[in-house]
Amino acid sequence: MSFSNNACIAGIYEHPLRVAPNHTVAQLHAEVAYGTLQDTGLTLNDVDGYFCAGDAPGMGPVAMVDYLGLKKVSYLDSTDLGGASYLAHVGHAARAIATGQCKVALITLAGRPKSEGSSGTQVRSHHASAPDFAFEKPYSPAPLNTYAMCAMRHMHEFGTTSEQLAWIKVAASHHAQHNPNALLKDVLTVEDVLASPMIADPLHRADCCVVTDSGGALLVVHPDIAKSLKKPVVTIMGAAESAKGQIGGKVDLTYSGVAWTGPRAFAEAKLTPAQIRYASIYDSFTITVLIQLEDLGFCKKGEGGKFVENGQLISGKGTLAFNTDGGGLCNNHPANRGGMTKVIEAVRQLRGEAHPAVQVPHLEFALASGIGGALGTRHGAATLIMGRL
Amino acid sequence: MSEPHRLPSPIVNAENQAFWQAAQEDKLILKLCHACKQVHYYPRTICPHCGSNDTTWVSSEGLGEIYSFTVMRRGVEFPFAMAYVLLKEGISLLTHLTNCDFNEIRIGQKVKVVFQVTQDGQNTHLFEPLN
Repeated sequence: MSFSNNACIAGIYEHPLRVAPNHTVAQLHAEVAYGTLQDTGLTLNDVDGYFCAGDAPGMGPVAMVDYLGLKKVSYLDSTDLGGASYLAHVGHAARAIATGQCKVALITLAGRPKSEGSSGTQVRSHHASAPDFAFEKPYSPAPLNTYAMCAMRHMHEFGTTSEQLAWIKVAASHHAQHNPNALLKDVLTVEDVLASPMIADPLHRADCCVVTDSGGALLVVHPDIAKSLKKPVVTIMGAAESAKGQIGGKVDLTYSGVAWTGPRAFAEAKLTPAQIRYASIYDSFTITVLIQLEDLGFCKKGEGGKFVENGQLISGKGTLAFNTDGGGLCNNHPANRGGMTKVIEAVRQLRGEAHPAVQVPHLEFALASGIGGALGTRHGAATLIMGRL
Repeated sequence: MSEPHRLPSPIVNAENQAFWQAAQEDKLILKLCHACKQVHYYPRTICPHCGSNDTTWVSSEGLGEIYSFTVMRRGVEFPFAMAYVLLKEGISLLTHLTNCDFNEIRIGQKVKVVFQVTQDGQNTHLFEPLN
């Protein structure tokens, strides 16, 4: 059953801070919740669905409903797909609204990894009880090294180059220069990226996303409510999620779970990649973008390097504008989870609220896609396709 | 060259203890499913390929080739070479490479298993190039 066009994204808010040493995580969640309500004109008393993931403190929705003072919640969801969670939450909220279980769904994300000293070179502690970690702990699997092995294999099989990966960062930096809140605002060249220190071969420091304290929130609402508000209406046309691991040892690092979610989201939306001119692609690392672009069908498997080079992802210059807020690579990667900001910038684009220098004119459709966890071991994947009514 | 320090120890539990006991004798064992005739990794009691619980431990020669790798150069106490090694049995395992020049590692290189003692005394498997 298709739930296409049965719910809308009415509220978006991205926390302006990138370093928040004096905030608590719960406080950041509350600030983004109120921010997205202000974006719509709705109030806390209108919220009857609440969604959060592993970044929420305590028992997730139980702690946050109490902290926020939500009084009439009839639908809760704490699905955790790492950074892809919030893309999946939008799909879940759309289905809950379509089946009458709630009308105004609030989704929040926040965290302060920068103040807590988090780094992509460290093993993530939440793996401690996982059956896989029993075998992998001796080898210190961290975001950087597991993504790096995907890049190394992609280069081996398809001839992808470090220069091609660098073009993804260069495009993000071109967009970030127009975002006053972006952590990194300097425009980079391919040479700048390649001159940054090698962290885990073949990934340089500049192939990596930023670490930021921040947050974001969304309001997914019934279409009748969306149409009663002042902002342009953004409808959810397609949503899909999945998870990919090591497949019992039949490891293939050349594709992500988005190879499954992309086609399903396009089918539900009844669209094709050729109809998409703006895409938010989760950019934990440059290789994350390249593999998803292939998996989504923007180009054939193995041809991602050619697809992204020479500024092809720069808004106004290339064939596909991506991450016009500067993405996780330059702007913001709150709580080490980039899916939320992917949805927010896609909605800004559809509303015509992106910075004029990066706004894609007359945009009808937008895509947001992400993987959460580790591309090289096991990850959640989710893809959303949205449209402007 | 081989790491001058000990790696973190694996987590031994009821489901995997035979694997780690074998490692103490410098032996690599894998799980074979009698229902679907396939080997899987990491080892489980129930086969992830077909769902059968008719799985038994089988010994492996520990021979294979490098499927992919990276050299973790920064942000860690000691640089290390992480890899997926594709065993002759057809499954890949996450491991480290040792006894080699980290700048000479190549995908497709033939490797064999070696064992190294970890922080709490438990052996774990690494791989070194075959000459």
